[in-house]
Amino acid sequence: MDSKQYELNKGLAQMLKGGVIMDVTTPEQAKIAEEAGACAVMALERIPADIRAAGGVSRMSDPAMIKGIQQAVSIPVMAKCRIGHFVEAQLLQAIDIDYIDESEVLSPADDLYHINKRDFKVPFVCGARDLGEALRRISEGAAMIRTKGEPGTGDMVQAVRHMRRMNADIARVKGMREDELFEAAKELRVPYELVRQVHEAGRLPVVNFAAGGVATPADAALMMQLGAEGVFVGSGIFKSGNPAKRAAAIVQAVTNFQDAGLIARLSENLGEAMVGINEREIKLIMEERGQ
Amino acid sequence: MKIGVLALQGAFIEHIGALTGLGCECAELRQAADLEGIDALVLPGGESTVQGKLLRQLGMLEPIKAMIKDGLPVLATCAGLILLAGKIEGGETPHLATLPVTVARNAFGRQLASFHIRGKLGEWTDVPMTFIRAPYITKAEPAVEVLATVRNHIVAVKYKNQLALAFHPELDEDIRLHRWLMQLAESRKA
Repeated sequence: MDSKQYELNKGLAQMLKGGVIMDVTTPEQAKIAEEAGACAVMALERIPADIRAAGGVSRMSDPAMIKGIQQAVSIPVMAKCRIGHFVEAQLLQAIDIDYIDESEVLSPADDLYHINKRDFKVPFVCGARDLGEALRRISEGAAMIRTKGEPGTGDMVQAVRHMRRMNADIARVKGMREDELFEAAKELRVPYELVRQVHEAGRLPVVNFAAGGVATPADAALMMQLGAEGVFVGSGIFKSGNPAKRAAAIVQAVTNFQDAGLIARLSENLGEAMVGINEREIKLIMEERGQ
Repeated sequence: MKIGVLALQGAFIEHIGALTGLGCECAELRQAADLEGIDALVLPGGESTVQGKLLRQLGMLEPIKAMIKDGLPVLATCAGLILLAGKIEGGETPHLATLPVTVARNAFGRQLASFHIRGKLGEWTDVPMTFIRAPYITKAEPAVEVLATVRNHIVAVKYKNQLALAFHPELDEDIRLHRWLMQLAESRKA
């Protein structure tokens, strides 16, 4: 990937800002998501809550299913590949996907190495729990970052923790003297050049979304008020009682994330939210995959 | 001068950065009440389906349409061009429909077809143009001035006080188009 392509890839993430990216498993769900105002959809075979329930190994989706979703909607279509599985990524690039999520939601294919994302023309988004993880992924070529959260739980606590930790790490780097940045790079295990960029800009060099556990309009607005530039909603929509209504309400809550009166109205009569499981009840901790 | 930047979804911060750099006051437009007292409008890039839907839900579509028809200067980029277009290929419902052109969405292709070039725009040369899943104009009424074409497709036009582009000046360093919007607003005020 040349530097111009990387700019185009970061640029697409900039266009997604202030929007909601929704997990969908069928062309019908993709249409509901687009109709509700999703700025992109994530095509996958099973939403994270079902991956969690089914157990076993989860892999990249069937390309035919992804193509069906590409044909059903006009908004960008993303898809997930396993951490380190660069051939799955090659296949997704071959079917003209708009963004690849190298995702801890799927079973990792490599317990040491992530994909060298610089080898690809297609953009990648990756999960991160803190600044070190984010900058390592960016160094590998990621053009967008999201918090990991804990997918498929409907529990916010990890996404909030990751967003706060990211903010705290960035504030610390921003406040450093220049001669302290070299040590920070060593400590964070990332290239000095990226640390310098964060120090100067006071933000990540790429767009940063929230993901993991968002289930209500208030959840989405919470992440926006904590500094997320947009929100991924996975299981929260199609595991709820009224997906279309809930999805549209979350979209509006992300746009007007500071208007509590509006969000209160949007939250009325949405039907049942996804049931959810809290972090003490889960056995599989996805956020620890791919550090 | 106060320029309103539609802030429902997309790359609005980038426009605000460019305009504040030129000494403008900017207002983020998220609700109908925010439209009060603006001298010009920016419709940023993003997803036109999302922005169009939110414009309607928030009751902003008709007021903005009336303001543009009344001569409010507009700079529209990418999704913004789609919002302005009178017709959208494929029969999609148009949004503001104040610009008499037909536009094709994602006309150059998906993300792998996104590209950057430098080209001519009106009298200007060497204008950086970043196209991201970009639309182009398939048909323009005679009253519409064509400012730029790329690969034989219309990518920039002016009609009355509306400047509409298929690319993203807010992602490049060139501030000439933002300055042009300010000039349109100044002449209207004078």
